[in-house]
This record gives sequence, structure tokens and C-alpha cells, in this order.
Amino acid sequence: MTWMTIKRMFVSGAKNFMRGGAVSAATVLIMTVTLAIIASLIFLSALLTFTLNTIKEKVDVSVYFVTTASESEILSVKEQVEKLPQVADVAYTSAADTLEAFRTRKADDQLTLQALEEVGGNPFGASLAVRAKDLSEYESIVNFLEASPTLSAGGASIVDHINYVKNKDVKETIDRLSLAIRATREIGFAVVILFAIASILIAFATVRLAIYTAKDEIAVMRLVGASNAYIQGPFIVTGIITGVISAALVLLLLWPATWYAGVKTADWFSGFSVASYYGSHFGTVFFILMLSGIILGAVASVLAIRRYLEI
Amino acid sequence: MIYFDKVTKRYGDTAAVEEITLSVAPKEFVSIVGHSGAGKTTLLKLLLAEERPTAGNVFFESIDVNDLPSSALHHYRRRIGMVFQDFRLIPNKTAYENIAFAMEAAGRTDDEIASDVPYILELVNLGDKAKHFPDQLSGGEKQRIAIGRAIINQPDLIVADEPTGNLDPINTYEVVEILKKINELGTTIIITTHNKGVVDAIGKRVVTIDRGRLVRDDADGKYIL
Repeated sequence: MTWMTIKRMFVSGAKNFMRGGAVSAATVLIMTVTLAIIASLIFLSALLTFTLNTIKEKVDVSVYFVTTASESEILSVKEQVEKLPQVADVAYTSAADTLEAFRTRKADDQLTLQALEEVGGNPFGASLAVRAKDLSEYESIVNFLEASPTLSAGGASIVDHINYVKNKDVKETIDRLSLAIRATREIGFAVVILFAIASILIAFATVRLAIYTAKDEIAVMRLVGASNAYIQGPFIVTGIITGVISAALVLLLLWPATWYAGVKTADWFSGFSVASYYGSHFGTVFFILMLSGIILGAVASVLAIRRYLEI
Repeated sequence: MIYFDKVTKRYGDTAAVEEITLSVAPKEFVSIVGHSGAGKTTLLKLLLAEERPTAGNVFFESIDVNDLPSSALHHYRRRIGMVFQDFRLIPNKTAYENIAFAMEAAGRTDDEIASDVPYILELVNLGDKAKHFPDQLSGGEKQRIAIGRAIINQPDLIVADEPTGNLDPINTYEVVEILKKINELGTTIIITTHNKGVVDAIGKRVVTIDRGRLVRDDADGKYIL
């Protein structure tokens, strides 16, 4: 195929789009809706990932130590736990810090603060907050802590309690969360696939309808001696132009849409702002939507026109 | 130049064309006449390889049209100019672009297109309608554009299927005169018609088809049905 032929296909495709009037407008509209669905899936996926990460970060196993445990003993336990391959990080909170945090939290509760004064000293022990790399690994961390109790100089365990084991509700919550996250991932993936298939079918049907209106024109082109490639070319170009314009429209409409949605929903989504996400990931969203538009337009055109090129 | 060798075309049990043997020499002007449904259009479709015969062979010069693979059909069709009763212009292209499309499809250069298309538009008396779309043209003007498209690549043969079927007498006369002029310049022409006036105005060979069979072949242009 020569450069001249390619140039003619592009010029003809562009003219067909411009002269298509209502048919071109309808195709752009449907393709815009399709790409908007794909864009919403991008945001949904980002929100899901953000939520999962937030939940994961909030889950940990707290190891509370007896008040008599020395700091060096606790730091020794910390060192051992940190060496476990399934551990992401371990945060140490000293007894003094725990007392200070308690006082701050109860600043308005004079009765409790008074009771604390009467008890005297520091009734709180130090603690370690252990975060695993994966939710499923908490149980093995707890098993490790229970299997190797660290003893104080007096022969008693320095671990007062581990919240994961002692509080069954916490364990069950973590188990339920693990299940929920796995289910959300699987259902989310299935929904994404379903939406994608539905969107692609809608776009295909629309492009097919647009080409159907030109079936007599295609027959004439064949009879005047145009090759199949030369007939197909302008329709593919028109499909690509439709995809690019639709993607550009969606990218443009996403600015006010994400801004509005961001203002309204930032509180619901624990600080996740769709507008900020769009701003920081514009390049990725632009690439995905443009590529989707071009591929949808081109492939739909090729498939739609094939049946009219059969002899 | 063209030879139909015992050609039969059946659609189910119905024979549209039956055992037709017909030859057309270069530079001839042949009118194929017959009632509606006689098989005239089927004969042209077989020549254009739009349909394949059930039996027999169609030859165009040394080419057996039946043997042409689909991938070679567009090369074959570029050697034949076609004119239809319903004009079949591309609706979203201007008069100029409709004629130019046939040249583009044949791989002609932009310079050739720029020089030949205006010439052809003048030849069919539509130089001032170059930028008009088909729906802005009258029936006669559309048919003249269609003829322009058919002759632009200087084909060996022009096939016209009822070219005056949708035209008033004045436009019919103009179209017939243009076709006669093209034939005088050396292009073979085959037209189908059931218009006696057209056949008489052409005054050349007349082939009569009735119920799919060739019943008369008159060299002196008589229209007898």
C-alpha cells in the first residue's frame, strides 16, 4: 500500500466522519458512554485498591507487655518478630507514651483522670503493634508469639496478652475481612469483565449500524473496482476518529465530574478524592481511554465491514 | 471480446438464464432487450462476476470470469465501466469525488485526477455541478455523473443496466447520445433496456431475451417482442 493510498484513506475517512451528520454524532455519543464506563471502572478499581490498603493498614496484632517488663526485653522481642519473613513492620509504644496517649484521649473525662491519679504511677505496660505483609499471615505471627513466650528475670512471661488471641471478635473480624477482601476482588473482577463486554458490544453494534447505512455505498465501491483494503480503510479511519473524539470528550467531562464527585464523596471514602486521583493519574487515564477508543473504533469497523466485502 | 458459452444461471429450481451463447466483438454497441424478469440483468451480473453461472462459461477477452479469484475481481472490474438504472452514486461524495473515486480506486495519481475529472465533468455537461452532492442533482444529472464515473478510467467495455429507466424523454435522449459518442470513440457498450425508443435511437445490434433464453439476435437494430 502506497503513501498516496494511505493519505486518501485518511482524507476520505475524515470527510465521511464530517459528512456523517447524525450518524457520526450518535456513534460518538454511544462510544462516549462506553468509554465513560471504562473510565468509571478505572476509578472504581483505584477506590477499591485504596480501600483495601486502608483496611490492611488498620489491621495489626498488638502484643501487650506486663508493667514489670524492661525496655531491653521488649526490644529484644521486637527484634525477633521483625526477623519473621511475614512481618511488614513492628511499632514499639513505651508505657510512658501509652499513658500520655490515654491522658490526651481522656482529656475531657475528669473522673477517669482523677481515678488514674489515685491509682498512682503508670498502670499501663508497653506494647508492640505488629503488621503483617498479608492478612492471612497474622495467625502464623500469633502462633510464633505464643509458641516462644519470653520470660522475665523472675521466670514469668513478660507478655501480658495478645489482642488477636484473647479477643475472639478481633480474630473473627480479621477472618471476615480477609474473606470480604477476597470476595470483593473476585466479584469486582467479574463486574469489570461484564461491564467491559457490555460496553464493547454496545460500541460494536453502533459502529455496525453506522456501516450498515453505507452498505449500498460499499457495493458501488466494489463494482467500480476498489480493492477490499481501499474500501475498508476510510471506514477504519472514521472508526478511529470516532474513538479519539469520544475519548477526548470523556477526558474533558471527567474534570468537572471528578471535581464534583470528589467534593461530595471525599468523606465517605476515608479521604480518597477522585479529582486528586484523576489529576495525578491523568497520563494513565488518557492513555487507557485513547487506546480503548482507537481499538474499539478500528476493530468494530473491521468486523462490521467484513460481511459487506464478501463476494 | 465477450463470449457467453452455454451459460445457465439457476436460483433454486428457477432458471434466470438458460443455455445462452452470445459473443460481442470489440467496439460493438449491443442492446439487450426483454420484458422485466427476462434475465437481462442476470446476464450482466454474470459478466461482472457479481454472480457465478450454474453451468457454462463467461469469457472476457482471454479471461474465464468463473476462474477469477475474489482477490483479483477488483482488477477485472476496473476494465469495465458500469452504469445503473438507479445511478448508484456514493451519497456522501460530491459529483467530482464520485468520478474521482473510480480513479483513486484504480491507483491513479492526484495529478491525473486533477486533470481528468474536470475534463469528464465538462464532457457530460456538468462542469458547474462539481461540488454538488447526488441529492442536489436531477435524475438526468446523476446519470451523467454515473456515465462520467464509468468512462473515467477509459475502460474496454461499458455495461449499462437500464440506464434510461428512471429518466424523462429529454434526459433519455441526452444519455443515449453520450453513450453513442463513447461508442464512436471505440469503447464497446452493452446496455439492457425495454425502451423501444432507446433501441431505435441507437440503431445497432439488438439481442432479445425471453424467459432466460436468447430468442433473437438482430444486427440491424429491430426491437421485436
